[in-house]
Amino acid sequence: MDSHPATLFAADELACERGERLLFKGVCFGLSAGELLLVQGGNGQGKTSLLRLLAGLARPDAGEVSWRGQPIARCRDDYHREMAYLGHANGIKDELEPAENLRFSHGLQGRRFDATRALETLQRLGLSRCLDLPCRALSFGQRRRVALAALLLADARLWILDEPLTGLDVHAVALVEALIDEHLRAGGLVVATTHQPLKLAGTPVQPLQLGRAAAPRAGAVEAV
Amino acid sequence: MGRFLLGVVRRDLTIAARRRGDWLTALFFFVMVSSLFPLSVGPDPQLLQRIGPGVLWVAATLASLLSLSRLFEDDHRDGSLEQMLLSPSPVVLLVLGKVLAHWLVYGLPLLLVTPLLGIQFNLPGEAIAVLVLGLLLGTPVLSMLGAAGAALTLGLRGGGVLITLLVLPLYVPALIFGAGAVGGVLAGTGAEAHLSLLAAFFLVSFTVAPWIAAASLRVSVG
Repeated sequence: MDSHPATLFAADELACERGERLLFKGVCFGLSAGELLLVQGGNGQGKTSLLRLLAGLARPDAGEVSWRGQPIARCRDDYHREMAYLGHANGIKDELEPAENLRFSHGLQGRRFDATRALETLQRLGLSRCLDLPCRALSFGQRRRVALAALLLADARLWILDEPLTGLDVHAVALVEALIDEHLRAGGLVVATTHQPLKLAGTPVQPLQLGRAAAPRAGAVEAV
Repeated sequence: MGRFLLGVVRRDLTIAARRRGDWLTALFFFVMVSSLFPLSVGPDPQLLQRIGPGVLWVAATLASLLSLSRLFEDDHRDGSLEQMLLSPSPVVLLVLGKVLAHWLVYGLPLLLVTPLLGIQFNLPGEAIAVLVLGLLLGTPVLSMLGAAGAALTLGLRGGGVLITLLVLPLYVPALIFGAGAVGGVLAGTGAEAHLSLLAAFFLVSFTVAPWIAAASLRVSVG
């Protein structure tokens, strides 16, 4: 759809089936540096499925996702180095302390761990009082904050966020909005789904509406 | 690459250290099951010596199986498996790391108590040494085959039972050669042939099973 030269992340005619049912088809978009793609749609319209396709966790039934002009299936390693995914599940271990969680998830990305920076990030996310507790003892929202800290430390160019605001209190929501703003201003890309309105200070937002579930085969998707 | 593998192993070992109940249960299961036999069969040294190797092998197998269904399950539930699959390293390395950690946590302790349990069955020193050597080759095979089974059944209801049904038939050769090696020592025919076959089985399973497990993980999570 978008043949803009600076397009970094693009999807071409994506389709996804779940069981026998077509969730969506014909999803196209192109995203360049500093842009946010906001995926909208009701429950069960395929938002999470789309994000999993984009992250490379699942394969689309048709179409292609490309990063820097190459299909992500062919440049998986490079793509995953530059992409960070925050799913429904936080991906943190209950047995480990917040900083340990960050250290291990960092190590799995194959990069050096900066303990001071991790500590600063955790403090910035308001977790300074629970640093020595195993994540089992943290509340749902606090665990989400640990996952957000891991996202920040990943230093990824592209963020794929599935409902990043679930379970967060007002302060944390404002903080996440600020983080997204900051990331976009630094030339990052964000793909996000959310049911809550995102208040962003003047960043360009590309909406993508999934849905029209009543007629799933008739152009279920329109990219705006 | 090596750093990723080591990272997976260290992560799993740290978690196991925080959840001692899990592997201690498997260890005590092994000790209990193999101790029930001398108690129930009666104190006939010759009979115990004859059944000893087989009993210890079966008990070690069952003790390892206890934990296999959870090899990927916990990580799948809390989303960390997704994150590991999204790392730039090959999935095969992730599988090997998980298998190595599983063996260190659930297999190695069994080896360490085996000599003690061997005495219960009136096994001579040489037979015990061969038994431990056999288990050293056999328990990693079980972890490896079990990982492939766990990856295949990930997210299925009743996956735990299914793993047992999938993995045990594949594991039969290890059981036969392993117990056979000790039998060979006791009969005076030597253990070399059996141990060589067991080593071959070890190599085959570690060449094939990691790829199967990695491919199944991608399918199960995707």
